[in-house]
Amino acid sequence: MIIKQISIFMENTTGRLADVTDLLAKAGINLRALSIADTTDFGILRMVADQPDAAVQVLKASGFTARETEVIGVEVPDHPGELARIMALFRDEGVNIEYLYASLEHSADKAVIVLKVDDVNAGLAMLEKHGFSTIPSF
Amino acid sequence: MPIWNKEAECASSLARQTVQLHRLQNMVERVYSRVPFYREKLERVGVNPDSITGLKDISRLPFTTKDELRQTYPYGLLACDPADLVEIHTSSGTTGTPVVGAYTEADIDMWSDVMARTLSMAGCEKGDTVQNGYGYGLFTGGLGVHYGARRIGANIIPVSSGNTRRQLMLMRDFGTTHLTCTPSYSLFLAESAREEGIDFRELALRAGCFGAEPWSESMRAEIESKLDISAHDIYGLTELIGPGVASECDQKNGQHFNEDYFYPEIINPATGEVLPDGEKGELVITSLQREGTPLLRYRTRDITFLMREPCACGRTTARIHRLLGRTDDMMIIRGVNCFPSQIENVLMRIEGTQPHYQIVIDRGATHLDEIEVQVEVEEAIFSDLTSGMERLRKRIHDELKSELGISAHIKLVEPRSIARSEGKAQRIIDKRSI
Repeated sequence: MIIKQISIFMENTTGRLADVTDLLAKAGINLRALSIADTTDFGILRMVADQPDAAVQVLKASGFTARETEVIGVEVPDHPGELARIMALFRDEGVNIEYLYASLEHSADKAVIVLKVDDVNAGLAMLEKHGFSTIPSF
Repeated sequence: MPIWNKEAECASSLARQTVQLHRLQNMVERVYSRVPFYREKLERVGVNPDSITGLKDISRLPFTTKDELRQTYPYGLLACDPADLVEIHTSSGTTGTPVVGAYTEADIDMWSDVMARTLSMAGCEKGDTVQNGYGYGLFTGGLGVHYGARRIGANIIPVSSGNTRRQLMLMRDFGTTHLTCTPSYSLFLAESAREEGIDFRELALRAGCFGAEPWSESMRAEIESKLDISAHDIYGLTELIGPGVASECDQKNGQHFNEDYFYPEIINPATGEVLPDGEKGELVITSLQREGTPLLRYRTRDITFLMREPCACGRTTARIHRLLGRTDDMMIIRGVNCFPSQIENVLMRIEGTQPHYQIVIDRGATHLDEIEVQVEVEEAIFSDLTSGMERLRKRIHDELKSELGISAHIKLVEPRSIARSEGKAQRIIDKRSI
């Protein structure tokens, strides 16, 4: 299943992240995972939330440049070697990963790996073929 | 499209030159006898009213500069009885003593005529509704458009500048057909309309007359597409009358100069030599009919050229090309001359970039000029990959380098982080102390 990730363009200024999280908090949106790619002048905030459409709408209304990006979420047991197994698969099948980040689900003793690949459907098919469970949301 | 004053706008060149010479002779006589400042200037170059026997003699007249207008503040250039004045305008004076335009009843009548011509070129007729977003008050744009629309008999909404939500509401509710404001403000309206859920394609708006700040062909395309209108460039300056000196017809191939009232010349700004038609240089204008504050050979500092090829609209007046810059807003960066409009053109060529940009010039630790171009990142150019954004930045950098020959730092900024002005956009911030 494809997960809708929210990507936001942000200038590298103090307090900007607080502006985003504050907006989402007020809108009652819960964050599941996030990561920031930073450069000297700007950063790109990527996150998975429980209501992606609403989150993008709230952000845009406040003047942010935000969009939804299709990513894959893979659920794996939380113990050594699991990420290595997935990475080996991508390597062996020659599928390029543009970026990834991870989130832990303490109660379930599982981890979720969020992956961005250039061909999201091919990535999904490959993972499913090899028995990994991808999730629609988390 | 209607032509407001066929007799003046479609005259044969002989008929026009006859009128021009007659008016020029009267004008030299007027300032010689009534304005001591001009009498002295004319005497210094050995010219008196009898010296003017042909239009070519205009090149014997002395130039008038903006500094001289400031030195003669407030009434040093008045060429009429002060009791005949009905209106005063001044420039904003942000860069020094203001310059003054004084109008008699006849001057307002002439202004109404040229502005009726201007609005007609954008298809405005009786029955149309003009939303005038130029500032009323001392800014000539407001009342100039107002007088022209009155002359035509169009319905005017004198909304003035600012108050964007109300502008959009009035536009929708009163079926505005023509919008007059600065080009940057029209795009600001378009952006705001999107947020308010107003679709320009559903409005009655057909055309707009935009001026008071430099803009480009690519910005015209942007305005025409976002507002779903025909966008016309208009030219004027407070020193001469306000708007109405020259305006674009529906052919949009240069602005028709109201030559029967304003005599245009193009000169080499360094030597003062008059250049032939088609050659780029500084526009110099002489008032041919003005009672209050007429000017001889006023140096506008605007760079353009004259076109006299026939225009398909039927008007026979000379046209000036869209302004190519100013003799005084030319930026010199590391010895390279460039104009903000060149930077704008490069940005507009890159799909998805907005004409909201700002140029910051500074001297860094090396004491060399450094130029930073700030570009707003809208959704259309936003990639969630840093590599994608860096590619965009490199592309802007490389295209600017090939266009201007200088290497600029491109800073990608969030939408709306560059201040929007409701009047003239502040494009250049020069932090150098030169």
